Amino acid sequence: MVEALFWPAFLGYGEAALAYASARTSRAATWGVRLGWLAQTALLAAQAARAGGFPWTSWSGSLDLFVWLVVAAYLVWGCRPRFRLLGLAVMPPAAALFLVARLDGGIAAAGRARYSSVFLVLHVGFVLAAFAGFTLAAALASLYLWEEGRLKRRAPDILRLRLPPLQSLERLTRRTIAVSLPLLTLGLAAGIVRLREDGSPLDALEALTLATWALYGGVLLARPAGRRGAYLALGGFALVVVARLVLSAGHFA
Amino acid sequence: MTSLSLVGLSHHVAPVELRERVALDVEAAAALARSVGDAVCLSTCNRTEVYVAGDDAAPAAGALERLAGEPLDGVLYRLHDEAAAVHLFRVAAGLDSLVPGEAEILGQVREALDAAEPGPLLGRVFRQALAVGKRVRAETAIGESPASVSSAAAALAAQVFGELEGRRVLLVGAGRIGALAAGNLASRGAEIAFVANRSPQAARRVADRFAGEAVGLDELPRALAAVDVVVASTGAPGVVLRAAEVPERRRRPLFFIDIAVPRDLDPAIGGLDGCFLYDIDDLEAVVAETLAGRRAEAARAEQLVAEEAERFRTWRASLDVVPAIASLRAYAEQIRAGELAKLGDRVSERERRTLESVTQQILNKLLHVPTVRLKEAAAGADGASYADAVRHLFGLDDG
Repeated sequence: MVEALFWPAFLGYGEAALAYASARTSRAATWGVRLGWLAQTALLAAQAARAGGFPWTSWSGSLDLFVWLVVAAYLVWGCRPRFRLLGLAVMPPAAALFLVARLDGGIAAAGRARYSSVFLVLHVGFVLAAFAGFTLAAALASLYLWEEGRLKRRAPDILRLRLPPLQSLERLTRRTIAVSLPLLTLGLAAGIVRLREDGSPLDALEALTLATWALYGGVLLARPAGRRGAYLALGGFALVVVARLVLSAGHFA
Repeated sequence: MTSLSLVGLSHHVAPVELRERVALDVEAAAALARSVGDAVCLSTCNRTEVYVAGDDAAPAAGALERLAGEPLDGVLYRLHDEAAAVHLFRVAAGLDSLVPGEAEILGQVREALDAAEPGPLLGRVFRQALAVGKRVRAETAIGESPASVSSAAAALAAQVFGELEGRRVLLVGAGRIGALAAGNLASRGAEIAFVANRSPQAARRVADRFAGEAVGLDELPRALAAVDVVVASTGAPGVVLRAAEVPERRRRPLFFIDIAVPRDLDPAIGGLDGCFLYDIDDLEAVVAETLAGRRAEAARAEQLVAEEAERFRTWRASLDVVPAIASLRAYAEQIRAGELAKLGDRVSERERRTLESVTQQILNKLLHVPTVRLKEAAAGADGASYADAVRHLFGLDDG
């Protein structure tokens, strides 16, 4: 029954992924994002209620939560008419990952984990929230590079297919990272405390996540401008992709 | 029923030498409108049109011919009723303008309406035209892109920096075209910080106009370090600024606009990190593209105008049955009041008020559906026959 909520959420995200392709349907796309996100929120709440805690510790379960966080970050930061192309960058992968989570059983998975819910919210929740922020920052950085390239090569349609101004994209990318990094810090700290209590060594995922933290920390400290900053945001995102899609399976096994 | 007439000339049919003779400021246009009766005169650099409530637009045509100082046969166009209204809707939407979607016309229509003292028909048509103009701009992108080289330059700078408020501009050259581009940037909040020119006097003259600082061409490196936008438009035969002379900027982009022919700025500047360079050909290509976009949006705008024309048609048609509806309601009210009067002192004041209220409600409910149906029929072809039927059935005489 709870799983049935997947469909309205998926339909909302899917509709948004398609409708953002045209300026004329972008308003309908935004409504798709909102309604889909509400349906997924209900799905997650139902899963948490059923499990009596934090049920998203499997690879696909955490992917489900990750998609929700990415869409939430998009709704907060970028769900505006001039950011239509950001929606086009974010919503198709979000819809695809959501489907992958379902196909891998992440929507149905709601078993009780062997860790406390407080730890899981602090660790998994915050790390995933940070990753969602970095994903959005990467989408903004991609838009920056694309827009900068169009300005450099003096594309005649630069004012017809308008993006937000370059400096707004740069500022928004930096702010998104600035909000996400403390979340990653908290999530990592919770994980390291647990690691020391267990006396376990760092696994590959943990090492990579630390490298990601160091990279984004360096970006915030050095404040690289223009293309350099955008490339670094994308480099950090590449680490997030490896961490999220390649190494995270079995982290809590 | 009062009809609507239009007589006028525009850039489509009249050369500028003629248009400038009939062009009027707002007060003079309002005076002309008053002189021909219930009328509104819309006069801009591209058109002078007089909208008249009534069939007779001859006095308005005569007034325009007197202004022109010659007969205007073959130049003046004359439109009536729906055609005149639709023309005004297209004008307000910017669809009849030289540059499709230009924004000034909507304000000019509003000024013409405010300055005149139109009757109900003209007031309604002009108010609807203003609504059409706003709707077209809200629901299409017809007016979003710049239509001139100088406004395109300012829009491109905004595409880099966002708001231009507080951005500093260096104007290289003190010519008219450069000053025009600088003026466009200043109108968006940019500060014209420096004006550099070979002739210090010319530089000072333009700098004073923008409250900037006049500098010599040898001071370009200092000025470059302190600005965000450079507008170059000198008459120099060769390059004025080479890429090697542009200071490295690690954090702030620098936007170059070169509207000089031959070009003032080394094309290699566009390849520098953080630098963007647009020359006159680039700007003209951008304007051509945006104008093409405006024309594409114009097709959507025409659809909106057609919808509004349909609403106007429905409203006009509903006027055909208004006298019949008014007579029917007056007849019913007369019966109601007469029957209440027959009660005399047999009811108390409180009972009378209750009866007033109840009978009024009965009347309204009884007449609601016939009123709606009559208006619906009026929008179709058989409004007049419905109105005749009502008059016949109830023995009405509304003239």
